[in-house]
Order: sequence, then C-alpha cells, then structure tokens
Amino acid sequence: MSGLITRRNFLRSSVLAGSSLVLAGCNQFDFLADKTGPGRQIMERANVLTYQAQRALIGDQALAREYSASEIRQGQRPNGSTDPSTPEYLFLKAENFASYTLKVTGLVDRPQSFTLDQLRNMPARSQITRHDCVEGWSCIAKWTGTQLGPILDMAGVKPQARYCVYHCFDNIQRTLTGDILYYTSSDLIDAYHPQTILSYGLNDQVLPVSNGAPIRLRIERALGYKQPKYLHTIELVDSLEGFGKGRGGYWEDTGYDWYGGI
Amino acid sequence: MSEAADTVASKGPLIYRQSIWTRVTHWIWAICLFFLLLTGLQIFNAHPALYIGQQSGFEFENAILEIGAFNTPNGPVGRTTVFGQTFDTTGVLGMSGPAERPVFTAFPGAVTIPSFRDLGTGRVIHFFFGWIFVATMLVWFVASFINGHIRRDIVVRPTDIKGVPGDVVDHATFRFKHGRTYGPLQRIAYFTVFFILFPLIILTGLTMSPGMNAAWPWLLDLFGGRQTARTIHFIVMLSLVAFFIIHILMVVAAGPLNELRSMITGWYRASPGTPTVEGDKP
Repeated sequence: MSGLITRRNFLRSSVLAGSSLVLAGCNQFDFLADKTGPGRQIMERANVLTYQAQRALIGDQALAREYSASEIRQGQRPNGSTDPSTPEYLFLKAENFASYTLKVTGLVDRPQSFTLDQLRNMPARSQITRHDCVEGWSCIAKWTGTQLGPILDMAGVKPQARYCVYHCFDNIQRTLTGDILYYTSSDLIDAYHPQTILSYGLNDQVLPVSNGAPIRLRIERALGYKQPKYLHTIELVDSLEGFGKGRGGYWEDTGYDWYGGI
Repeated sequence: MSEAADTVASKGPLIYRQSIWTRVTHWIWAICLFFLLLTGLQIFNAHPALYIGQQSGFEFENAILEIGAFNTPNGPVGRTTVFGQTFDTTGVLGMSGPAERPVFTAFPGAVTIPSFRDLGTGRVIHFFFGWIFVATMLVWFVASFINGHIRRDIVVRPTDIKGVPGDVVDHATFRFKHGRTYGPLQRIAYFTVFFILFPLIILTGLTMSPGMNAAWPWLLDLFGGRQTARTIHFIVMLSLVAFFIIHILMVVAAGPLNELRSMITGWYRASPGTPTVEGDKP
C-alpha cells in the first residue's frame, strides 16, 4: 500500500518537475545570450575547438563542392544589405563604379589599389558553388572573379600578419550614433584558398547591387556572413581587436562564431 | 525467518545491471539532448522550411515542410505546410503566445533556447553540446565494446527477432520481464538509437557544415545534398523525441523507482525467479 502511494507521489512530482522544466525551458537559459557571461564564454570555447578541428581535418587547399551549370535553378537570393545608402556608395553606384578602387592595406610591404577594370583584367576564375546562409538555406550560383591570393602576394603580406579584415561600404545597421558598416575577417588560409575570389560576375552577368556590386568576396568553405558584399578595403592585421567589438565582424560582434565553417 | 526468505524470493535478486560507463554517459546524453533539441529548434526557426536536394527552392518547389505566419482578413494565423498539405497551427506553430502580443516564430519560445529569437546564441549552445554529445558517444562505444554491454545487451540477435511478437504482447499487457539483460524490443530500440539515429544525426549535422563538405565531400553524396541532410537531421530529431517519450513511458510503466535506481546506482531488482549469480544481493 505504502509502495503504491510512494509510486503515485513520485509519478505526480516527476510529471510536475518535468513539465515545469519544459515550460520554463527555456527562459531559464536566456542568460546564455549575454556574451559577457561566464557560461557563454565557456561555451564559445567550443567554437575555437571547431575551428581548430576543421583546420586540422580539412586540407588547406581542399575545395568546396563545385556544381554543374544545370544546378543553377534560380537567381542568387539577396539578403542582408541589398541596397546600401551611404553617400560614398550612392556616388559610386551613380557613376557605375568608375572611380571604385579596392585597397590592400595594413601589414603589407606595398599597399595596393586596384580599379574595377584592373581586377577584371586579371586572370579570372569561375566557380559554381553553393551559398549556405547561417539561417539554414542554400542557393547555387556561378561566381566569376579573380583570386585573392595573387593580389595579397602583390602587396607582400608581412610575416606578422595573421588575419585579413574585409571592410565594406554597406551600412548594415543604422543607429542613433550613426551607421554601423559591415565588416568581417578571415585567417590567411581562407584568404589564400584557390576558390577565394574577388567576384565581379554572378551567373554570367555583372554582379548586381543586391548581391554586392562591384566586388563581393567569396570564401566558399564558410557560411554566407563570411562572403562580404560591397568590399572596398582588405586590411592585413595581427589582431582583430580594435575593429567593431573585437570579435572579427559585424555578425560576429552580435554573437555569431568567427570561423563560420559550420 | 522462512517468511523473510520467501519475501526475498518473491522479489527476485538485486543485480548490478548498469556499469558506471553506462550510467554516466546516459545522464550526460540526457543533458546534451535536452539542449541540442531546444537550441536546434531555435536554429530551425531562423529558416523554418525543409527541402530535398542541394539547395533551397525559392524560385522552384522542393520544400517538404514550411512553417510560417500569414496575414488574413481575420488577423494573423500560423500555418504549417507538410508535403503540400496546409494546416492551421495557430497557437503552436508559426504563431503562438498571448493574443495581445503574439510571437511569430515557427516553434514557440517555450521550446527554444533562448526563448527569444537569437540564432547566434542557439548555435553556440548547440555546438557546445554537440561536441560533448560526440565525445560521450566515443567513450560509450569504447567502454561498451570492452565491457561487453554492446554484445550482451544491444546487438540484435536472430533470437531477438523471433522474440518480438511475444515481447509486443508482454508490453501491451504490461507484463515486463526484469532480467539480467534487455528484451527484444529494448535491444531493437537501443540498437536503433546507438547504431542508426545517433550516427545519422551527427553525420547529417556535419553535412550542413561547408567546411566539412570540403573535407569529406562524400557526405553530400551520401545524403543527397546539404538540404536533404538538413531534412534528415530534423526527421532523426523527431525520431529521438519519439524514442524519448516511449522511453519515459516505459520507465514509468516498468517501475520508475527501480529503473531510476539502476541508472543511478547500477543496482536493479530483477523479476522473481531470475536465477541468482555471484555478486547479486538479496
């Protein structure tokens, strides 16, 4: 008899406990959204582990899957910034990017500046690849551009440089204190990867504004937020501190992982 | 004296059933799967649709599931479309929360971590527990192979297949055999989880990683594309949720205290008549 009651009590309390866990599920763990909290800091170390594990596992030259032309079944879906409104960009857009230059600065021996025509006259590479947004969707398109590696070699990357910071024209977020401009960064392995191209063509057309005209960088082994649109400057640095909130990119500053390979 | 002995005999022996490896990995998995599920739903909410193939059809149709909120003349509603069939899921999927301030997420905040839309945080927690989940699985496989748990309790033998009908009847009539090892349905369930569902959910998760696609391009071919892998990842999640529900129901039906004790202390009260061996307690 007492066993039955115990069991019934146990059942009742476990159902209560279980349902309260599920119902409260989940704002009990909302504190983990605070990027400065100790729990969050510990969990973010898993991102470093993912980065190091993938770097160890993936050959530096291993290519992202390239698809056949028949796999291009739709236009490249634009998202994020699709029509930047900074004065600088509006001016360039109005003159069809005639005075646009791509700059390579920072820890380099010979800072460089390239016009759009100069970039288009460099050896071109076309690749039909899959763009994976961090949200979860994918879209296959043909990207045409010139490899970043030889351009970095022209500038002469200093030995202490560890990262490329990619500065963009687009005001991804407008705040009371002014526009926040898009930026992201990568290590030099991704920068020198053979499929990492400064793209100016999309699906055999000139890269449209909605997809990042005049130049969008492709880092094909990473998610969409590592494919900066409206690129104007590549800065070689030894540390990501001092840019934005120091996490290596606009989305990274809001809490996304820096590596972006998973 | 003899009466006490009879009581013991009618109870069956207390046997040491679960090794420390089984118990520790069980509870670590329980915690991991809780966080993986709730952050997984958070990640799904960022793009609440599932597709078949390499890519997501925006200008063509390859979606098999879509959850969303839609405006109607009578106000917003939540709708879920599965294989072309659309259902009104207002209050649960697509739109939920109080009427005065509804939330337009696919899965409601009650089953996501964080409870509000925060993909970045969801991903951090998901990958953190993903690593622990995989590491725990490696420990379990090595330990259970060495200590014989896999061979003794998990591997489905031909006799287990023959024993399925009888075991189904036993379960349907709540006649549970508390033996030294697992019954046919238990073996099939655990074998499915350890050797099919766990590997599938890990590999389909890795297939969604553009980095892993470069390292192991065969993943894309194995699962028929990144978006198909994402869909399989979701279906395996549903299977594991179904397993969890049945698992809890079975624990409750088979005697929750005994079952919980065996997964905490290792000691399990077997059915009366179970032959005793050295090491058993009365």
